[in-house]
Amino acid sequence: MAQGMNNLLGLRDLSPEAIMEVLDTARSFREVLERPIKKVPTLQGTTVVNLFFESSTRTRISFELAERRLSADVVNFAASGSSVSKGETLKDTARNIEAMKTDVVVIRHSSSGAPHFLSRFLKSPVINAGDGINEHPTQGLLDMFTMREKFGELKGLNVCIVGDIVHSRVARSNIFGLTKAGARVGVCGPKTLIPDYLDQFGVKVFYDVDDAIEWADVLNVLRIQLEREAGGNFPSIREYRLYWGINESRLEKAKRSLVIMHPGPINRGVELDADVADGNASLILDQVTNGVAIRMAVLFLTGVKSS
Amino acid sequence: MKIFLKNARVINPAEELDGVFNLLIVDGTIQEIGTSLGGNPVNYEIDVAGRFVVPGLFDMHTHLREPGQEYKEDIASGIAAAANGGFTAIAAMPNTDPVVDSADVVKYVLDRARHCGLVSVHQIAAITEGRKGERLSEMKDLAEAGAVAFSDDGSAVTNSQVMRLALEYSSMLNKPIIQHCEDHDLTKSGSVNESPDTIRFGYKTQHRLAEELTLSRDIKLLEAFGGRYHAAHVSTRGSVEIIADAKKRGVPVTCEVTPHHLFLDDSMLSDYDSDYKVNPPLRTKEDCAALIDGIRAGLVDVIASDHAPHALHEKEVEFEAAPFGMIGLETTVGAVMTKLYHEGVVKIDRLVEFLSINPRRILNLPLPTFRPGSTAELSIIDPDVEWRMDPEKFKSKSRNTGFKGWKFKGAAVGIINGDRFYFSEKLR
Repeated sequence: MAQGMNNLLGLRDLSPEAIMEVLDTARSFREVLERPIKKVPTLQGTTVVNLFFESSTRTRISFELAERRLSADVVNFAASGSSVSKGETLKDTARNIEAMKTDVVVIRHSSSGAPHFLSRFLKSPVINAGDGINEHPTQGLLDMFTMREKFGELKGLNVCIVGDIVHSRVARSNIFGLTKAGARVGVCGPKTLIPDYLDQFGVKVFYDVDDAIEWADVLNVLRIQLEREAGGNFPSIREYRLYWGINESRLEKAKRSLVIMHPGPINRGVELDADVADGNASLILDQVTNGVAIRMAVLFLTGVKSS
Repeated sequence: MKIFLKNARVINPAEELDGVFNLLIVDGTIQEIGTSLGGNPVNYEIDVAGRFVVPGLFDMHTHLREPGQEYKEDIASGIAAAANGGFTAIAAMPNTDPVVDSADVVKYVLDRARHCGLVSVHQIAAITEGRKGERLSEMKDLAEAGAVAFSDDGSAVTNSQVMRLALEYSSMLNKPIIQHCEDHDLTKSGSVNESPDTIRFGYKTQHRLAEELTLSRDIKLLEAFGGRYHAAHVSTRGSVEIIADAKKRGVPVTCEVTPHHLFLDDSMLSDYDSDYKVNPPLRTKEDCAALIDGIRAGLVDVIASDHAPHALHEKEVEFEAAPFGMIGLETTVGAVMTKLYHEGVVKIDRLVEFLSINPRRILNLPLPTFRPGSTAELSIIDPDVEWRMDPEKFKSKSRNTGFKGWKFKGAAVGIINGDRFYFSEKLR
């Protein structure tokens, strides 16, 4: 039975066994989601706080659904911008909420390491829902879960992440998680969006997207975030689409079939064309469904211990 | 007031002095230094056998935070911290609020410091008005008021023309320009060093070239336009190489390193603890090794603390929101004795040069001596006392240090500065 986790801060420091335990646990919750009544009493009486210091629709809803399907009580806290600009520190905000006798904290924050920082003084388990450019561990896990469902196992799989790697917490969690599971990870994008030293992580780097397509079993395509740091690190959206955008004609040239994933939300016509996003090779909606199951598993493994 | 220091190992390379002596200090003046003194009634008689007595240590890179940010530190608490750390003199950086860019502020700080006493405080004034990097401050007036050097520390003078003017203008005053080397365009991308470790930890990073490009440019300017130039807190292997190359060509450049850049590295950032957030950022272990080689080879002139106090509530936040800096006045001697002296990198006479003699030479200040008749200005270092670094015991108002919990061997245990003195509990 479940070992339980104190926190889920990232996949960097999680053992391969712990990762597999989450994926296995998620499989049973995935079945729950197919039932007519999609609710289990697992976390009845447990209060989960969703602290979202950065705007999010998909991840917040996914967490909230996961919490409600486990029968947890849910409190949502949303604040745009940093806690500092509001005059209260992150530490004060979190400790005040915990003082109201909550049990689990889910946090998204624009600063890398904010969940790790909270975990140093909160008694509650802390679940990272995305911290800065560091990690988005539940996204990494749901991506792994989706690939495993599709291919049976992760070992030996070639997964290429395409896009703004340097600013992507999704990329980082994928890299850590997939390499621990024995998959081979590649990244592809303009050199200015790919960090140095990735070879030390055992990651293959492609600058030409056709080479990446040739190599990969899975393309995990990232959102090009024009509104964020990425803007200015490459010449234009037009040029990006021309040379790194994933479209049908590029995929047709591939010798073998591959599947398309995307953490969403998609910039249709930029990093991914609509026909690919909605095509047969796309696992994008499976990712979204599996996300709820993964988050149920993570909440279960962290939350049972505390309740 | 008579103080008698017995069995002191007196070391002052500036006087080619190294031996065991008894020292009699009367009303702040060295009365006698010899081997067979004693017998006269004194106020304090202290047997310092096994301890080093050295010319008063000088920290040429301290942030006292007064005026304007007294909740982090003030002149009185900074002086107490300096004395507890073994320093008889410090030079304060001008990035206060208001900035030290006018003679009035220099006078204010020096007056307040004289009133506090115990440790001699020197003021470094801003290179540019408001530290904005645009227009020279009134350098001559500032020098007349007592400023010992000029620096916009906390940020760099990035405009090459302004740097040229600063070097030329300050050369009339024979005061050094102390540059905080940073290309701010290159550091906008992040606040920690770009390395495999920090990329693994998921930080936004900045490249080491931000420091090295500014240093290289400044050395070109210095060669072309004259003046004197001191690079603050150099932190990379490349910077040491640039300094080595410039010194070989006879360029009048000097530099300092901090204990945290010598002994802490960016692999320690794994917990996102903002006590390790400093500017320039902690570099890699290879950089630490290069800085230590620079110490050994004499390419580094000074070890300075870059004592940068911040209140707990400012540091106890998510990493990105935290200010840069760590305190150092009360850890420098312990760290340096542990890691440089006991590990055999340099002998004690060299440490005296880095921590006492060279800072004063760079700032054109008189050197303390042990000659009878001169003002007593000395520090007592116990090389063997072992202690666990506990920030709660600091005299500084702030606690932000990356050395928390370290076990040190060696400590400053007291100072005498004229007729004022301070002996720490470690002396007893």
